[in-house]
Amino acid sequence: MKFGVLVFPGSNCDHDTYHVIAELAHQPVTFLWHDSPSLENCDAILVPGGFAYGDYLRTGAIARFSPVMQSVKKFAADGGLVLGICNGFQILCEAGLLPGALMRNAGLKYICKQVWLRTETADSPFTNLLTPGETLKVPIGHMEGNYFCDESTLATLRRDERIAFRYATPEGEITREANPNGSLDNIAGILNEGRNVLGMMPHPDRSSEALLGSADGFRIFQSLTGALAARS
Amino acid sequence: MKPETSLAPRPASITPELLAQHSITPELLAQHSITPEEYARIEAALGRTPSLTELGIYSVMWSEHCSYKSSRVHLKRLPTESPRVVQGPGENAGIIDVGDGWACAFKIESHNHPSYIEPFQGAATGVGGILRDIFTMGARPLAVMDSLRFGPIDKDSEISSEVLHKNHSIVEGVVHGIAAYGNCFGVPNLGGETKFEPCYSGNPLVNAFALGLVRRDEIFYAKATGIGNPVIYVGAKTGRDGIHGATMASEEFKEGSEQKRPNVQVGDPFMEKLLLEACIEAMRTGAIVGIQDMGAAGLTSSSCEMGARGGVGLEMNLDQIPQRETGMTAYEMMLSESQERMLLVAEKGREQEIFDVFTKWGLDATIVGTVIAEPRLRILHRGELEADIPNQSLTDDAPRYHRPIGTWKAPVPLDPPAEVLEVLKQPRDYTADLKKLLASSNISSKRWVYEQYDSMVQTNTAQGPGGEAGVMRIKGSGTPGHERGLAMALDGNSRWCYLDPKQGAKLAVAEAARKVACTGATPVAATNCLNFGNPEKPEIMAQLSSAIDGLAEACTALGTPITGGNVSLYNETKGEGIYPTPVIGIVGVIDDVTKTVSANFQQADDHILLIRPNFLRYANEQQRLSAFGSSEYAKVVLNKLWGTVPMLDLGDEAALQKVLIRLAAEELLHSACDISDGGLAVTLAEAGFVHGIGVHVASFQPDYADVFDACFSETSSSIVITCDTESRKKIEKIIDEYDELYCDPIGTTTSDRFELIFDNKIVIHSTIADLKQPWSTALKSSLHDQTANEVLA
Repeated sequence: MKFGVLVFPGSNCDHDTYHVIAELAHQPVTFLWHDSPSLENCDAILVPGGFAYGDYLRTGAIARFSPVMQSVKKFAADGGLVLGICNGFQILCEAGLLPGALMRNAGLKYICKQVWLRTETADSPFTNLLTPGETLKVPIGHMEGNYFCDESTLATLRRDERIAFRYATPEGEITREANPNGSLDNIAGILNEGRNVLGMMPHPDRSSEALLGSADGFRIFQSLTGALAARS
Repeated sequence: MKPETSLAPRPASITPELLAQHSITPELLAQHSITPEEYARIEAALGRTPSLTELGIYSVMWSEHCSYKSSRVHLKRLPTESPRVVQGPGENAGIIDVGDGWACAFKIESHNHPSYIEPFQGAATGVGGILRDIFTMGARPLAVMDSLRFGPIDKDSEISSEVLHKNHSIVEGVVHGIAAYGNCFGVPNLGGETKFEPCYSGNPLVNAFALGLVRRDEIFYAKATGIGNPVIYVGAKTGRDGIHGATMASEEFKEGSEQKRPNVQVGDPFMEKLLLEACIEAMRTGAIVGIQDMGAAGLTSSSCEMGARGGVGLEMNLDQIPQRETGMTAYEMMLSESQERMLLVAEKGREQEIFDVFTKWGLDATIVGTVIAEPRLRILHRGELEADIPNQSLTDDAPRYHRPIGTWKAPVPLDPPAEVLEVLKQPRDYTADLKKLLASSNISSKRWVYEQYDSMVQTNTAQGPGGEAGVMRIKGSGTPGHERGLAMALDGNSRWCYLDPKQGAKLAVAEAARKVACTGATPVAATNCLNFGNPEKPEIMAQLSSAIDGLAEACTALGTPITGGNVSLYNETKGEGIYPTPVIGIVGVIDDVTKTVSANFQQADDHILLIRPNFLRYANEQQRLSAFGSSEYAKVVLNKLWGTVPMLDLGDEAALQKVLIRLAAEELLHSACDISDGGLAVTLAEAGFVHGIGVHVASFQPDYADVFDACFSETSSSIVITCDTESRKKIEKIIDEYDELYCDPIGTTTSDRFELIFDNKIVIHSTIADLKQPWSTALKSSLHDQTANEVLA
């Protein structure tokens, strides 16, 4: 089992994600430089948060053209596991691996704070240790996290249970007050059709140790390592 | 990437033709803020008339901002040494040893003037500049904090709507600028302070602090050595932005100062992030000899300072400088303050290793000069020698002034006005007073500010903004799961410094260190940012000199030497000076970061203990009332300012901090917070907001004169802790060992009720939720801002 953490110029959660895999999950992990198409035989790809290419033009808009992303697209098409966090989610949307787009927060400001997520599905390699309805305390830190897609896409996401997480109260209620950025339907994270790609705005990498305020996010990484172990 | 270019033929001296191109007129000198006496010194140092480029170089290097010419003789009085100090003042940042082979580089710096003229870019590049100061020493920046001062933002302030709106735009621009830069760069913001006073309306203060970590044996210095070694320019290209920024920061603002907008630099945090990664990677090659960032006075300061520190000279050919614009003159290039640039000296023959790293990160790296034996700064451009200056004359031999120091006079009467005495005699609705305090701009929640900052990136944040101090863990230190931590806090109370600069400065050091000690960390070092008015006025020099005396005394007593910082003078607009504002940053070390103590009450039914000095609180009633005049209560509720600052005994303060650290190490505390702005009532309310915990406080000692004294006075060296019954006994026993301190069990925490009983009467009664409402919404509503769900509603 080997994890690869993508590094774009401007990635700044690459070391945080690496730390979770290496020091907390105790699994092999390597950095993958944006300029090289090689995924170095990794079994799962993590697209970390940050400001890839300075977020110039639009978040994720330049990163999608990088050589490494061409390989990630093929990897995902072949069923490989890809987790995009924050800027990683934005990049996966721009690259067409996930539907919809992330617009500027409704309050027009960057927001960094702890939020609560309700697990919507346990049927994915990223959520198999969770129970639908279970809430997780995971922080956000973004300017463009306001998820949007057209009505038919939303209907499809709902029908196929591809919404992985929604912003909720600590008790699991979906309310407008619990929605920090104006996301459609309080969507915080979605799966692709094959359920092997997850994009989410909140940071499980920042909520994998009690010292940081929550270890809830680590269960997503545990689900992932479990799923990989089952595959091999 | 360009290979080394030949600098030959090397002109021996500046040609008479070049010197004849301009004449040094009094107007030209005035434009450069050079006095006739200073000009005479320039001629003496050169032995001839300066070229225009040389004049420009002198004007920035001898500006107040770069030369510290008014403050230097006084700064010498600050303590700068301890066994932990690896690098004191004089480098890009101070460095202390924090154990396990790790060293911590940190510093605070002002970016006041640019932040008034162009708030977003001014504040953003302030953050960018201090980050470069840290990573130029080889340390990866791991935390930033900010100390901000603005003019009033409340409608009922006695200011015009024009000024009010300007203040709003400055607040929003500055906070947005700090957020945009720090968030993109990827460094967590661990807090700081945001205060409002009318004196900052035309002169906001933006003081940015940064801290980084470096292995003790991998520190880099800004020193050029090795004759013949190449000088390499890396990072962003040079443009015309920021020319004369340092000179601008050394003048008062007059009518039309906004027109200096082109003097403000424009920041690019993405470029800085690449520069960080490339520099750290290039440093690992071992091919770098010395490195300095191009901050104020850009190419000029980096080149002559590196040369001066190494006792060598630098010769640079400006034809090789990567340029963003065409037709730039030597004068413009030497004075440009374009951001995200570094100058480094490499080992000859190993240039390619450095080029390879910078190519990988997509950055310019170009050889622009050579280290030479003569200790001079020699600048060539288009085959002409444009400047040829002894380094020493720009740095160590820059003017130093013993400016006249006036006699300091108390600015307001010591005794309260008669109408205040009348008010203080009548019973009042103290609950309403408390709510008013909680909603006041200095006390209300700063969540609107700090939620715009990424406080969690790098996954080390044990305690983020909103607490007493920021606390981060050091990955790879101590034992796994129980790593070492660093605590840091900024503090300054300018109203106190206005009433008494020396005592005010001491109180700032004491409070910053106390905040750090409240987390359980031992304060070990300090950095300072001295924001004052025009030093040419004797009364301002009196403030500056007294404040430095206060800093020196407090830092010595509390064991926190000052390892660096910054002085910002000429903070005046249209002749009106700001309150003297020394801002102190204190860094502390905690051996096990999991033992960090929170500032928030954790649960109901805990004991609340007030720990304070065991002295007769005030010698007499007059003294007590005089100290009350500097409180937030006097300002916010009574709308008056009189008297002087609270008493402070540094011996008591040191004992209090020692006890706090010990109680935390023995894991006896559920929470600890210091009593500051607004007094005990505000402290108890703030400590309960996060977890919704109230208090029942009924057992005040009989030495309080009245409700104001017990609930709203701002006594120093006092803290509130909470604990369980078992710990309480141990705590009381420990405090018994300290003659200086007194432990006062004043009450218990509750699930919701908030009650303070004084002299058998309920004087404040409410619920924690009811008190939280005005506190949490005041700042946001003053700025007419909306959250996402309000927008959608």
